[in-house]
Amino acid sequence: MSFVAATDVVAAPPAPERPWVVPRRTQALGVATLALSGVAAIGIVLVTGLAGVDGWAVAALGILLAVTMVRTARAGTKERIDAFVRLAITAGAVLAFVPWISIFGSVLIKGVPGLHPGYLFQDMRTTVPDDELNVGGAGHAIVGSLMMVLIAAVITLPLGILSGVYVTEIRGRLTFLVRFIIQSMAGVPSIVAGLFVYTTFVFATESFSGMAGALALAVLMLPTVARTAEEVLKLVPDDLRSAGYALGARQWRTALMIVVPTVRSGLTTAAILGVARVIGETAPLLLTSLSSNNYEWTPLGVPLASMPTYVFGLLQIGSEYATTRAWTGSLVLLFVVLVLFVAARKTGGKDRR
Amino acid sequence: MSAPTTTTAMKGDVAEAMPPAFQGLEARNAHVWFGSHLAVAGISLKFPQKTVTGIIGPSGCGKSAFLRLLNRMHEFIPGAAMAGEVLLHGADIYGDGVDAAAMRLKIGMVFQKPNPFPAMTIKENVLSGIKLAHLKRQNHDDIVETCLTRAGLWKEVKDRLGASGGSLSGGQQQRLCIARSLAVEPEVLLMDEPCSALDPVSTLRIEETIRELAERITVVIVTHNMQQASRVSDYCAFFLTDGGPGYLVEADATRAIFTSPRDPRTADYVQGKFG
Repeated sequence: MSFVAATDVVAAPPAPERPWVVPRRTQALGVATLALSGVAAIGIVLVTGLAGVDGWAVAALGILLAVTMVRTARAGTKERIDAFVRLAITAGAVLAFVPWISIFGSVLIKGVPGLHPGYLFQDMRTTVPDDELNVGGAGHAIVGSLMMVLIAAVITLPLGILSGVYVTEIRGRLTFLVRFIIQSMAGVPSIVAGLFVYTTFVFATESFSGMAGALALAVLMLPTVARTAEEVLKLVPDDLRSAGYALGARQWRTALMIVVPTVRSGLTTAAILGVARVIGETAPLLLTSLSSNNYEWTPLGVPLASMPTYVFGLLQIGSEYATTRAWTGSLVLLFVVLVLFVAARKTGGKDRR
Repeated sequence: MSAPTTTTAMKGDVAEAMPPAFQGLEARNAHVWFGSHLAVAGISLKFPQKTVTGIIGPSGCGKSAFLRLLNRMHEFIPGAAMAGEVLLHGADIYGDGVDAAAMRLKIGMVFQKPNPFPAMTIKENVLSGIKLAHLKRQNHDDIVETCLTRAGLWKEVKDRLGASGGSLSGGQQQRLCIARSLAVEPEVLLMDEPCSALDPVSTLRIEETIRELAERITVVIVTHNMQQASRVSDYCAFFLTDGGPGYLVEADATRAIFTSPRDPRTADYVQGKFG
């Protein structure tokens, strides 16, 4: 009886402690080691010939190595190896962030001074690149880039996903050919894609245009989307296809209603990778959509501005204000890409599991 | 209702006096190859309507290969081939001009591993067959309730029909797969070790479901579990292999197979002496 009663007495569940909470003392020790190593490295940089951030990083890594060696002096071989490999991998991971931080840092630092409330909406029609930074903007370039990427995506996504479905689901006789063509397309230099559209579409319509730019981007986007879609579709277990067939479904219904929806989030990734591949492309656009200082709302008949050509054009001028405008353009381009990706993730959704 | 019997294929006397076609599913002298490897040889079996037939035998004796032959699912395995006939109510499902997809609406299948569609809700899973095959059906809600009830799952999921099929437990997923198969109103349901991935309680639920299904449709179930075969089946077929292709040793009423088998190998197997 007392056994039963005992369960009623228990008031609050104990706080979780093992194994996923690192004890305070261990945490503090780790932070202290890192901080002391950092400070000691500053000392080394001041005293010895090592200089700058790189010198400091090298010194800090050396100190951490020494600390690890002392700390594991009494430990077994496996424990020592574990400590060193852990240090090496952590250092490598931190190292991988360096170029990332460097790029975003310089774009932020150099781009922010050019920002003003109208930057996202104004165009450069009445603004000379050397004007004060509180007039003019990249609104026309954002619109142009979005228009061309949207058209390119509308052309490419169905084609890319269909070719992925052909290669993984239908496995027809042309599978080899489709794969081969897509792989060769992936190797086409972007300027060649631009030249291709220049000698065909631009010549035929006798005009640079957003449509021409979108076509060049589509040529570059297709292989990325198709290959990613193929890889993603390959992940669908055959069980699901069998289940579809056993329900009396034809192959195309099974592919369309079961296989493709199952990897919806993966296909969203394919689309994101495709957009990421082309949104910063400059060379093919110089031959197809050229550039413009005005808002244009049509993809036909007139040259169209875009973020990369906007940045490229301003950099070519070379004056201080124009260069700052170019950096601001780069910053906005990064931001637009971020917004696109977040939006795609939200709407493309996650796989329901 | 006649017992499934091993009929030796006799040439010549088939065309003479056309007897009324056997109602149910029938395999005649069926063979299965994977590439050049003969996996199943010379199986003749009858599955009368509204009965449960268990197919038992040790691993590798071609039970599953034979089952997949019965609704042409084996055609999706590259290199698979067959010889012989499979008849539904006397009509060859491998005959010229037979639409395999339409035929599979009548002969459904439940697989070893539960495979609900992960991108669909529970309700959508049940209705998926109707959508996939473009069937015209009214009262989708009624179909969902009926099928889930018949699969023994309705009470557990009626309040969360909008949840993902993948959020259910393994046993519930398998019952969802059974409900999904029932929604297209098949005449025959083939089950390939439907309980082998499940716990005993879920297994019991599914066995109850099978018994209830037998009041309406024909069930053929492959199982490794002899107790299961003795519990759920009306008839039993025992397959065996001697290293070569699998063949049929004996088929009879389940009680006869388990109490007074004619072949000593059957007796040894059902008593657990090998396999």
